[in-house]
Order: sequence, then C-alpha cells, then structure tokens
Amino acid sequence: MAKKTIREAINEALRQEMARDPDVIIIGEDVSGGAGGSGEEDAYGGVMGVTKGLIGEFGRERVIDTPISESAIMGAAAGAATTGLRPVAELMFVDFVGVCFDQIMNQAAKFRYMFGGKARTPMVLRTMIGAGFRAAAQHSQSLYHLFTAVPGLKCVIPSNAYDAKGLMIQAIRDDDPVIFFEHKALYDIADDVPDEAYTIPFGEANFTRDGDDVTIVAFSRMVHIANEVADKLGREGVSVEVLDPRTSSPLDTDSILESVEKTGRLVIVDESAARCGLAGDIAGMVAQEGFEFLRAPIRQVTVPHTPVPFAPTLEDAYIPSPAKVETAVRQLLEARPRRMSA
Amino acid sequence: MSLQALKVPKWGLSMEEGAVVEWHVAEGDEVSPGDELLEVETSKIANAVESPVAGRVVRIVAQPGETLAVGGLLAVIAEPGSSPDAAEIDAFVADFQASFVPGGDADEGASAGPRSIDVGGARISYLAAGSGEATPLVLVHGFGGDANNWLFNLTELAGTRPVYALDLPGHGASTKAVGEGTLASLAELLLGFLDALGIPRAHLAGHSMGGGVVLEATRRAPERVASLALLAPAGLGAGINAGYLQGFIAGQSRRDMKPVLAQLFCDESLVSRDMINDILKVKRLDGVTAALETLMAGVFPDGRQAVSLRGVLDDPARPVLVIWGREDAIADPADADGLPAHVRVERLASVGHMPHMEAAGQVNRLLQAHLG
Repeated sequence: MAKKTIREAINEALRQEMARDPDVIIIGEDVSGGAGGSGEEDAYGGVMGVTKGLIGEFGRERVIDTPISESAIMGAAAGAATTGLRPVAELMFVDFVGVCFDQIMNQAAKFRYMFGGKARTPMVLRTMIGAGFRAAAQHSQSLYHLFTAVPGLKCVIPSNAYDAKGLMIQAIRDDDPVIFFEHKALYDIADDVPDEAYTIPFGEANFTRDGDDVTIVAFSRMVHIANEVADKLGREGVSVEVLDPRTSSPLDTDSILESVEKTGRLVIVDESAARCGLAGDIAGMVAQEGFEFLRAPIRQVTVPHTPVPFAPTLEDAYIPSPAKVETAVRQLLEARPRRMSA
Repeated sequence: MSLQALKVPKWGLSMEEGAVVEWHVAEGDEVSPGDELLEVETSKIANAVESPVAGRVVRIVAQPGETLAVGGLLAVIAEPGSSPDAAEIDAFVADFQASFVPGGDADEGASAGPRSIDVGGARISYLAAGSGEATPLVLVHGFGGDANNWLFNLTELAGTRPVYALDLPGHGASTKAVGEGTLASLAELLLGFLDALGIPRAHLAGHSMGGGVVLEATRRAPERVASLALLAPAGLGAGINAGYLQGFIAGQSRRDMKPVLAQLFCDESLVSRDMINDILKVKRLDGVTAALETLMAGVFPDGRQAVSLRGVLDDPARPVLVIWGREDAIADPADADGLPAHVRVERLASVGHMPHMEAAGQVNRLLQAHLG
C-alpha cells in the first residue's frame, strides 16, 4: 500500500469523488488560481495545494475560483446543495468564519429541519485550523468547537492520511452539511492509504494506542502529541490508551466511556479553547455518564484562554506540548483514589 | 554449535515486534520440537512459540512483559546431551545481542509483500513464500477473510515447497467484483489463478467458504489437484451460521464487529482492536459490501449452503485431510461425519472456526504430514 500525505489523501478523495459523481464541485478562493487573469491556470490549487491539478481534469465549470467573499462562497454552496449538487466549499482559514457564519449556522444547518425533512444540504466545508504557523491571531485558531455546538452540522477533525481520505469521501456522500477541519501542521504527515475509494463512518473513534492505566482523548494534531507521550511513558511501564474520536459531531461517547471504564483516568488534549471547548464538553459528558469509573479527577490540557500570540516563543507556549500532557498523565497516576464512604 | 537461539517469529507482513506474555517452560526443562515454549503477543494477535528443536532450555532471555523486535532473542536452547557452562551461555547471548539488528534480518519474513496478477480481467492479490520443484500448495481463505489469515502458516509450510495464498475476488486487495458469486465462479477463478502462475497441479487447502471453493475446483479439474486439505469447510453439509454472515456484512463499527468476530474463536480474547481494524479497513472499501452480499446470495442462499460436494471426496487416490475445531460456532463439525474411510478427519479440542490461527502449530504439523 502506498504512503500518502494528508494533502495527497484529500486530493485523491476529491478527485475520485469528482470522477464518480458529476454533481461534486469545488468552490473557493484560489482553489485553482488565476481565474479572470492572464497568469498561469491552476497557479495555486488552494493556498496549501490541496486542490492542485483538479481543474485540469474537471475544468472551470467544476473547480470554481471565487472573489474574496466568504459569505458568497458559503451561500452559493448551501444553495447549490439544496438543488442537488454536492459542493466542496473552501473557507481558507477557519478564522474567517465570522463573515459567513449566518450561511453556515442559520441556513445550511437548518434547512433539513425547517423544511420538514424535505430539503437536503449535501455540502462539505473544508477549512484550515491550527497554531504554530507564525500566522498571528486571525489565521491560527482551531474553532471546531464553535461548529460542534451547532445542531445540524457534522464536524470531522482528521489526524492522519488514512482517516482524511475515508472521512472526506464519507463527507461528500453525506446528505448533511459537513465541516472538515484540516490542521496546517499535518499536511505532510504520511501513512498507508489504499488507492481505492473507501468511507469511514462518522462517530467511530480510532484507538491509536492501547493501554490500561490512563486514557488520553485528543483531536487532530494533538493525537500525535498524545501518541508521543504514550510511547515515552510506555517505555517506563505506564500504559496509556490514546483515543482519536475523528469526529466531534457526532461524538463516539461509547468508545470514550468504554476506555475510561477500563483505565479510570482521563486526560483530554484539545487545541480548540480553554472555555466551552471540546475538552470541557467531553469532561462534562464523562463526569455525567461515567463518574463511577473515575479513580482520579479529569485533566484537560488545552490552549490558554487568550488569542493565539504572534511572538514565536509565546505561540510555542500557547500550544499544548508533550511536556504538559506528560505532566497531566503523571499527576493522575500519583493522585490517590478518593476514599469511598461506607 | 551446541547452542541455538530461540527468536521472536514473524507472523504476517506487518509484524515488527512481539511482547512476551508468559513462559510455559523454565530454565533446565527438556523440550521437543513442537512443544509450546511461550506465548507471544503482537498488536493484532497472540500465539504460542514452539520449539524448533529438541534440547534443553538453558537461558530465558526475555521476561514476561518485555517487547522485542522480530528476530530478537527469547531464549537459548542447548543440544541434547550438551552441558554448556554459564560463561559459554553468557558469551552466546552477548554475541547474539551485539550482532542483532532489528528489522535487518530479511530471512525472518520469507514472504515478500503482496503481488498481484491478472486472472481473466480480475486483479488478484496474493502472497507467496518458498520455492523449489515440489508440487506447490495453494491456500484459499473463507468468507470475509484474506490471505493474511494464513499468517501463522504460510512461511511455516514453505520450507519444502512454494506456497501461495490468494485474496479471492471481493476480498483483501483483489478486484471487488465477484461475478455471479458462487462456489462455481470462485473455483473457476482459482483454476485461472493456477493457470496465470503456470501451476499445472497443486495441493489445495481451503478454509470455510474456501474449502467449498477447493472442493468445487477439484470436481471441475480433478487432475490438477494433488491433495485436499479442508479446514472447517463449506461444501460438506447444509447448515451455516447465517447470523454470523449477516452480522459480518452489516457491521460498520468496531463495536458492531467485536461480538461478530468473537464467534470465530473458542478464545474470544484473540479478537484484538487491530484485528477488527484490519477487517474494517477492507470492509470500508467501495464494492466490498456488495461483493459480500452477492457471495452470501450465491454460496449461502437463505442462510443455507447451496451445494453439497461430498461426492468429490469419493476418489481414494487423492489424499484428503479435514481439520475442524470442536467449538466451531460457524460451520458444524458434524458435517465431517460419515466421510469415506480414506479421508483423515482431525477434530481439535478448544478450537473454534479458525483452527489455522487458534491452533496454528497443530494445524501446521497436520498439514506437513498430509503433504508428505
């Protein structure tokens, strides 16, 4: 099986679905590049090159460069989806959602419900997340928690290339609006990806490490940090389980509870937000549904409650680090189980 | 040399390391070939490591809980009658560890990566191991399986002959289209596979639905089949666990698949997350669910076996070995009752529907003896 990067895996998923289904189109800023100008066609293929090459195969009718107007892109995609197309719209950086959230939250997410189940909105919104790129506070957030909070949206947060391809194909074939979050720091991570098309169902967590002592739940780039910590502690004889939910909506609460029932200890590593983020959401769920499994308090390792700093040293300190995750795991192992009253 | 290294075996292409679960022998114990010395666990499955030689265990190097690379030193075994002193054993261990390169010993995995070949327009993926002029052995997996089901057998059986394990259409890395999806169409495919590889005559071994495939291939081209080995085969009875087949087709998630796959084994703990993931990775490919549904309708219509091929076993000139786990919950071991006298039937205690995985050492020895 061939090694492919996340960038290549998403590109392959888009290409295969566009070849399979003529209703699949791509729309966004510079998704090919050069539209309306005299320069090179396909100059960009998306700002990170994810849609590179698709215009040559499918033409400008299906790979549509837009003006810089996110509200127009999302509105066009949501409308096109209700008429039967399957648009894959690109919101270059998730930080730009502020200017087009109505189209997503109040329109696309609501159509199925407000039209009595008679409307479908099979659109995918691809968008970039993640700090660490020295791109400052308006290009570095991981706002998947905002979308997770909106009923009617499905949220996909892949951490590896195998998942990225299968989840993208599932997203395109899904009849509801799906938000697909791509972390800037992960595009060049490669693993084994089948050449054939395949789908991964939403709401199915992936265990990236098996362990008995502590559970770490992590999304996207944080999965790699959790794996690193699990491998390091594993050499010391500490057995850490790492669970990547893959999708935050729907969320595989059964697998999280199954793991916490076994380990009794939970660390959640989350780049989204310190307040009202995914870590707090999952901690609340486990406290409510699995309190009797817990042998120590739940630990959340999140970003601080502050905009992403531009100063490189501060930005590095902002992102949850392996050292912070390791400290959290060790604190749980050292915590004495509470005495049970008779 | 009077001392021999017992090394971590390589079970399947993806295995890189194994963890020692427990030892069944202690230092000083005399052992014979085939004795189960210890239990080794990979991320996918656990299995016994058997003694390759007769001798005495003089040093246990890897303790329970330790994880070693494939080819790593588990223990030192001394030749019968020899009595090496501690210094000799220390020197042997030190020499081994000094020269051992994890992943550097290509011989540990005699089987290279999967290859593929065109069979009448279908792309068929297969594993191959061994070489030589002896009649080749071809292994055919069951419903929903693939060539990797033979991970404990392929290289073990390849010492004296070429061994091939194919992915049937609709399975593994082969073409997903299964045509009419009957034992007849699969048997034609198998015979085409032999043609494509230039194999005029072969020993055939089939598991479950694959047992039905090799029986049907023998019915169609008896002159091409040197012997038959049937592991919990289809084709000898009418019943089948249709609930298992339907559950396997319908299962979408790890949590769906775990209770389904648990029915395959006597020891349900063999069903690991990695094993389930490997199966889900195949099931998620476009076309696999449709292929399995077509096969279900063609081979097991209405949850019953479509054809009986017991008559194929009437020819006393062709050696036949039938292996069945007594705890098989998928195919009824009683289907092997009343077969002709020349058919050797082995029923294995505490083994489910996957004898080649759950009792690999025993099955390998039975197959070696059967193949001669």
